[in-house]
Amino acid sequence: MVVHGDSSAPLHSRAMSSAATTSPSVDKVDGFSRKSVRKAKQKRSQSSSQFRSQGKPIELTPLPLLKDVPAPEQPELFLKKLQQCCTVFDFMDTLSDLKMKEYKRSTLNELVDYVTVSRGYLTEQAYPDVVKMVSHNIFRTLPPSDSNEFDPEEDEPTLEASWPHLQLVYEFFIRFLESQEFQPSIAKKYIDQKFVLQLLELFDSEDPRERDYLKTVLHRIYGKFLGLRAFIRKQINNIFLRFVYETEHFNGVAELLEILGSIINGFALPLKAEHKQFLVKVLIPLHTVRSLSLFHAQLAYCIVQFLEKDPTLTEPVIRGLLKFWPKTCSQKEVMFLGELEEILDVIEPTQFVKIQEPLFKQISRCVSSPHFQVAERALYYWNNEYIMSLIEENSSVILPIMFASLYRISKEHWNPAIVALVYNVLKAFMEMNSTLFDELTATYKSDRQREKKKEKEREELWKKLEDLELKRGLRSDGIIPT
Amino acid sequence: MAGADGDDSLYPIAVLIDELRNEDVQLRLNSIKKLSTIALALGVERTRTELLPFLTDTIYDEDEVLLALAEQLGNFTMLVGGPEYVHCLLPPLESLATVEETVVRDKAVESLRKISQEHSPVDLEVHFEPLVKRLASGDWFTSRTSACGLFSVCYPRVSSTVKAEIRQHFRTLCADDTPMVRRAAASKLGEFSKVLELDYLKSDIISLFTALASDEQDSVRLLAVEACVSIATLLPQEDLETLVMPTLRQAAEDKSWRVRYMVADKFSELQKAVGPEITKNDLVPAFQNLLKDCEAEVRAAAANKVKEFCENLPEDSREQIIMTHILPCVKELVSDTNQHVKSALASVIMGLSTILGKDNTIEHLLPLFLAQLKDECPEVRLNIISNLDCVNEVIGIRQLSQSLLPAIVELAEDAKWRVRLAIIEYMPLLAGQLGVEFFDEKLNTLCMAWLIDHVYAIREAATCNLMKLVEKFGAEWAQNTIVPKVLGMANDPNYLHRMTTLFCINALSEACGQDITTKQMLPVVLKMSTDQVANVRFNVAKSLQKIGPVLDSNALQTEVKPVLEKLATDTDMDVKYFAQEAISVLALA
Repeated sequence: MVVHGDSSAPLHSRAMSSAATTSPSVDKVDGFSRKSVRKAKQKRSQSSSQFRSQGKPIELTPLPLLKDVPAPEQPELFLKKLQQCCTVFDFMDTLSDLKMKEYKRSTLNELVDYVTVSRGYLTEQAYPDVVKMVSHNIFRTLPPSDSNEFDPEEDEPTLEASWPHLQLVYEFFIRFLESQEFQPSIAKKYIDQKFVLQLLELFDSEDPRERDYLKTVLHRIYGKFLGLRAFIRKQINNIFLRFVYETEHFNGVAELLEILGSIINGFALPLKAEHKQFLVKVLIPLHTVRSLSLFHAQLAYCIVQFLEKDPTLTEPVIRGLLKFWPKTCSQKEVMFLGELEEILDVIEPTQFVKIQEPLFKQISRCVSSPHFQVAERALYYWNNEYIMSLIEENSSVILPIMFASLYRISKEHWNPAIVALVYNVLKAFMEMNSTLFDELTATYKSDRQREKKKEKEREELWKKLEDLELKRGLRSDGIIPT
Repeated sequence: MAGADGDDSLYPIAVLIDELRNEDVQLRLNSIKKLSTIALALGVERTRTELLPFLTDTIYDEDEVLLALAEQLGNFTMLVGGPEYVHCLLPPLESLATVEETVVRDKAVESLRKISQEHSPVDLEVHFEPLVKRLASGDWFTSRTSACGLFSVCYPRVSSTVKAEIRQHFRTLCADDTPMVRRAAASKLGEFSKVLELDYLKSDIISLFTALASDEQDSVRLLAVEACVSIATLLPQEDLETLVMPTLRQAAEDKSWRVRYMVADKFSELQKAVGPEITKNDLVPAFQNLLKDCEAEVRAAAANKVKEFCENLPEDSREQIIMTHILPCVKELVSDTNQHVKSALASVIMGLSTILGKDNTIEHLLPLFLAQLKDECPEVRLNIISNLDCVNEVIGIRQLSQSLLPAIVELAEDAKWRVRLAIIEYMPLLAGQLGVEFFDEKLNTLCMAWLIDHVYAIREAATCNLMKLVEKFGAEWAQNTIVPKVLGMANDPNYLHRMTTLFCINALSEACGQDITTKQMLPVVLKMSTDQVANVRFNVAKSLQKIGPVLDSNALQTEVKPVLEKLATDTDMDVKYFAQEAISVLALA
């Protein structure tokens, strides 16, 4: 795999930032210890990057509860409360403004209940104030990430310190979007492209709880604002392309893919060129990213969704996967094999025929992988009845491709379990097409010899070419060969 | 080989192309890497008419192969017949400049930039510039991204009408709707500014610069900071205030820490570009803010620049600015909560002493150095110790030694071997500055302890350290303090320690001279030739080869030769090999 380029953005040049906040005792451990030992297992938290030491305590004047005032006055009070909730507190300072933090929390709670049960509160005036309150609270510059190489199995995610407020704001916003009184035609003045863009940037949050809420929010917006749909898709495209080709760092890929999974489901047929391009130029290259395991399930789901919509896309998809097939990372190879099986589960026989040759050349390489998990995963295909039926129909093409690898590992693979599996596969092939099988067994040796001879011819050709280069090179340099 | 010259029929293109199509990626890659050989075999004409069209048509391959191809084509000018035909290389490189993979695309652009220089001005307008235009108006973002890197290479050499077109294209790409393209344009803004006429710089570039610097995406804004350096350098001083400074001020206070980080990271360049007056009025307060930034990343980047910034301050007011504006911030950083900030500061803070002179150093800086020497983080302490020489020049190391020593002793036993290694490397310097007595008293035991460290790299460095110490303190010192201890290890039960004796002898023999080597070291080496561990025995052979030149010929013939001859018949093949090698090198056969 080619190493991906990196823009000159500082976020990657900072190998130094890892483990910045872990405890000092960590320094005494030798550099060779396992990561899990090295990293202090404590929950880290972070807050938005916008707080410069403000110093001044924040004062909010307590307002009466909404349920305690007569109904006609409620909308007015609602707006006032929204206004108050625009105040943002510094949660990294755990001692400051405790009373006011608690007041805001209870106010937010009240607002959540209010938008859920009340009727007639959503005046046209309320829309800009709701969006303003939400924007003030959730839109913030995310702080630098402490873990450059986030490993979900080893590392605890960094949690957002202001979550006690943030969660309620998200909760409130979702209830607002889902409210029966909610009118997209009014809201679209305030929930616009700029709003969506900022929302998408938040998907990079390290806090999984926040990303989960964002997922719901974006999904609702996509559902209710038809005018924003194309824009949202395009911006997600940009995020993915940047992720693949520039930074390789973005926390919310899995969540965005999950949303896309349901969006793809709703695409009308025939698919637009834009959607096909998204599949081939964005989703397929996403497979090349180092952290594939973090979002592979969601990605494979999207791919299969596409193929179920339009089976003619099978060939480009499989060719794409073959192009990006992992060269050195066995874990990724196992993931690719898993995804390929999901695709084969839904493949149409006519599509299968188009792609079987390159496909089985790769499978034959996997089967003979010295990494037994890769070999095993590939050999499991022969337990899949549908795949077996496809292989059987096309055994005259597939058997010759697979035979040499299978025959060789049946003799020399180090892992007995693999050898046993290979015997079963060979047996299956023998039953499928015994004439061809016997023929291949008989010619195995001479085929190998022919390959060796060809190899030798290649070497000779190159030797001749190099001699020639030497002679011409010397001559053009004006040096006379000795 | 007969008639290689011109006998192209020997190498039918089909065979060669087969090689480029081989099913095995690795073989394909090998063939592509030798593309010049293939071209040479085909000759210039067939390379132009057959090979290049083939390459252009079949660009769908693994990125690694494409990368190799993109690189090769940049060096192909002679193989297609020289500058006259260089434009034949454009079609395949054009396709490569549009692929998805950044690395491939960048390489294609690099090759295009290279061969653009080989185009005549006419060819540049007829062939090259249209390619740039096609890329700049491509459908998919990749081609537009690539175009950004090509404007500046053709601009200086084309007519004014074409120049106007190029400027227009650049403008369009700066406002492109995908952020990837805007980033590419922003990153080439500085380079493009350099080839533009001053009038256009003012009329075109400044508005683009301002727009990119206030882009909605911080990844675009931060690239504008880089361009700011070039633009500020190009503009006359009197225009800076109106054309550049508003944007720079805004960047230094950007809401995104990434942009502020970039400003901090480029601070010295910016400082040079805007000149002393603006530095005094604007950059000093901006720098103070960056040193106090709420993000550790930004503070660390700024802390890294403290020394350079202070050095480049205008001389007339340098000391005053440092003392009243910078030093207070630096003092705060010494007790920063983030270790990376402290260690960034520790790596440059010592440099301030040369700028401020002896009195200020003792009064203001020394307490800071001492505080950092006691820092809980080893990296901070290490950075201070690694830069001791700067302070030494100003106030002498004696001042520091009392506080220094506990820190050194602690670092010498640090759990991270790289830290221990760094300390070892500073030993000769310290030894030279502290003198023999002080050294023997406080540091000698440490130096000997490293010889039995459990990490080989430390033992090796310790050996080398001893050699340097002997070079400083002389053979007599070695004979009294070091050699007995080293030779004592020859009887250690651990064979690794016994081998360390040999490695030390290898390193020390020359510095200790013939007398010590022959009388004290040689007997020990010879005795070890009967060691039961083969590794020790073959290292004896290697040691004898090494110290042979120091010995006199009598000792060589009567003592070394018999032992080597015996080792040459050893049962172990490695021992035999090294014994024989020593015999032949010392000419004892």
